[in-house]
Amino acid sequence: MNIKLEGLTKRFPARDKRSGGEVTAVDSLTFEVPDGTLVGLLGPSGCGKSTTLNMICGLEAPSEGRIFFGEEDVTAAPPELRGVGMVFQNYALYPHLTVLQNITFPLENLKGDKKLSKAEMRRRAVETARLVQIENLLDRKPRELSGGQQQRVAIARALVKTPRVLLLDEPLSNLDARLRLQTREEICKIQRATGITTVFVTHDQEEAMSISDRIVVMKDGVLMQQGEPQQVYDDPASLFVAKFLGTPPINVFAGQVKAGRLYLEGSGAPVLDTPGVPEGPVWAGIRPEGFVPDTAGPVCCGLNRVEVLGRDVSIVCTHPACQADTIRAIIPSRSLVNGADNTVHFALKPDKVFLFDRETETRLPFAPPGAES
Amino acid sequence: MDRSSRKAWLYLLPAAALLAVFLVYPVIDVLIYSFEEGFNFASQTYWGVGLYNYSYVLHDPYFLQAVENTFVLVIITVPVSTTLALAISAALASIKPLRSLYQTIYFLPYVTNTLAVGLVFMVLFQKTEYTDGLVNLMLEWFGAGPIDFINGPHWAKMFVLCFYTIWVVMPFKILVLTGALASVNPDYYKAARVDGTSRARIFFRITLPMISPMLVYLVITGFIGAFKAYSDAVSLFGTDLNAAGMNTIVGYVYDMLYGDSGGYPSYASAAAIILFVIVLTITCINLLISRRVSGEGGVHIQ
Ligand SMILES: Nc1ncnc2c1ncn2[C@@H]1O[C@H](COP(=O)(O)OP(=O)(O)OP(=O)(O)O)[C@@H](O)[C@H]1O
Ligand SMILES: [Mg+2]
Repeated sequence: MNIKLEGLTKRFPARDKRSGGEVTAVDSLTFEVPDGTLVGLLGPSGCGKSTTLNMICGLEAPSEGRIFFGEEDVTAAPPELRGVGMVFQNYALYPHLTVLQNITFPLENLKGDKKLSKAEMRRRAVETARLVQIENLLDRKPRELSGGQQQRVAIARALVKTPRVLLLDEPLSNLDARLRLQTREEICKIQRATGITTVFVTHDQEEAMSISDRIVVMKDGVLMQQGEPQQVYDDPASLFVAKFLGTPPINVFAGQVKAGRLYLEGSGAPVLDTPGVPEGPVWAGIRPEGFVPDTAGPVCCGLNRVEVLGRDVSIVCTHPACQADTIRAIIPSRSLVNGADNTVHFALKPDKVFLFDRETETRLPFAPPGAES
Repeated sequence: MDRSSRKAWLYLLPAAALLAVFLVYPVIDVLIYSFEEGFNFASQTYWGVGLYNYSYVLHDPYFLQAVENTFVLVIITVPVSTTLALAISAALASIKPLRSLYQTIYFLPYVTNTLAVGLVFMVLFQKTEYTDGLVNLMLEWFGAGPIDFINGPHWAKMFVLCFYTIWVVMPFKILVLTGALASVNPDYYKAARVDGTSRARIFFRITLPMISPMLVYLVITGFIGAFKAYSDAVSLFGTDLNAAGMNTIVGYVYDMLYGDSGGYPSYASAAAIILFVIVLTITCINLLISRRVSGEGGVHIQ
């Protein structure tokens, strides 16, 4: 089921009258979730992700805009008529019911010609439980389950009605790091297996990048960018998106563009050719993997330490023009840098460097040299 | 006993000592009194030891009347007040504007003196030579004859007593239940709504089980409170409750000690022990039922 949001806006009345005005939690959001895909809705805390999800499932009525499921306009439809399954951040499993009772709960609500027999309900519940591998836990109460198991029960409860759309609101944030990794694989697998159109909310960019077919990045209720994860990562439209995606995060430098060349503030030598960028102050974002150790390289940094992270080597260093206290560069081999030195020189990979307007923080594209052909 | 549990016992000691002095000791003392036949308060002497006090009390028509009154009061007021309080709190929880105003209004009777409320009830219900009272006025609109609720037939007096008791105990129950309802995580309701659960089903399958610990608490304390009723009857019918036929068990105990026909601590003790046994039995039954209903260890009373 293809989901389409058109100019979706949600305004909440201000909590206390004196401060006046309203809170615009979601501001004319327009995007599409193609049928059968998993879309990650990504953004910092309070940016309106949950509110968007609540509008998709019908718990909140939008102030403006429309929601389509396929051709059908569901903007005014109550939740039960939309055919959505939802998993909440704290799972919201009914504590007094067993796992089986929790999973059958949505089925017991079916009325009229959709009404199911007891045996059929049980059969479907067990089948769904098998899908998420909890069929041996059916008689337990939620509090007798681990976090990961509870999470699967919640998914089973959301899936048992075979909804058209599955909505997950930060489903992994209550799990520890290892379980998170494992569970997100599982969610991905279940989504592939069922082919159900899924919207997945998270504020963890790594999570979103790893399992989503597409990501939608939001900030303060406004859509910042959408696209395939790799494409958004490689081609961020704004400084916000560039900073939000990637671990370790992008390194941001204050810089100047003069005559088609980028200068980092406080150093006289140009570090990169940036043809086509107008002159003036910029923010230069350099991905950690954009640094290439090169004794003749134009970027000279003070070396703090060298960390070996299993596969990669992370170099922690400093530069006067950098916004943050330290810079992180990821290089493939330790032998490229002498850890005993005080300084380290880098050349830059042009496709890992992004320039942004100092004022508007929007992207200033440049054709990387050599890519013109 | 390990260190930490020894420490816990140490912290509990002051409270335990107070309990022993002011609760356990008197109960044992009353128990002893209740078996001492012909106890004379002035000389602190008695004839012998036996069950005569119990036999006397159990054959006393006033006591039997008091037991009957108490049981009727308990059986009517506890379920009615709890159900009504639940309905009102659920209604309060579902409205947004003016909620705190209504909460205040419903809580006001709690901070009002029960004797004062009793006086108001008497004025409302009493039929005198000068006026039939406000309630009778309303009854007459519906074509029913004036009834003397305060000095009239027994059922009418019982009705007023129950009405009054329910009125007095409701605010506290509403307060507790509003709190219990507010503490239910709204995500449960959201989840239920997404699944298309009807309002009635949400209430009975989710809300009610979630607040069941508080309901059990209210029912148990409600039973205990109603069994110990006394001041309510006095505030409506005066101190000579035996004459009015409206005595309660606690009232009977009081009369036996200090009433006009009083001065019989042994009979009073026997009646008090009987009340104690009744309340203990009912409370145990309550706990057993609530444990059965909520499954293994579902309900914990804090
Ligand atoms: N019922 C409400 N009344 C008023 N303001 C609200 C309400 N619900 C949300 N908001 C506001 O709307 C904004 C977006 O909230 P929302 O819960 O959608 O954020 P979120 O992106 O899900 O954040 P998080 O990652 O912390 O869950 C916030 O500023 C929040 O304070
Ligand atoms: Mg949220």
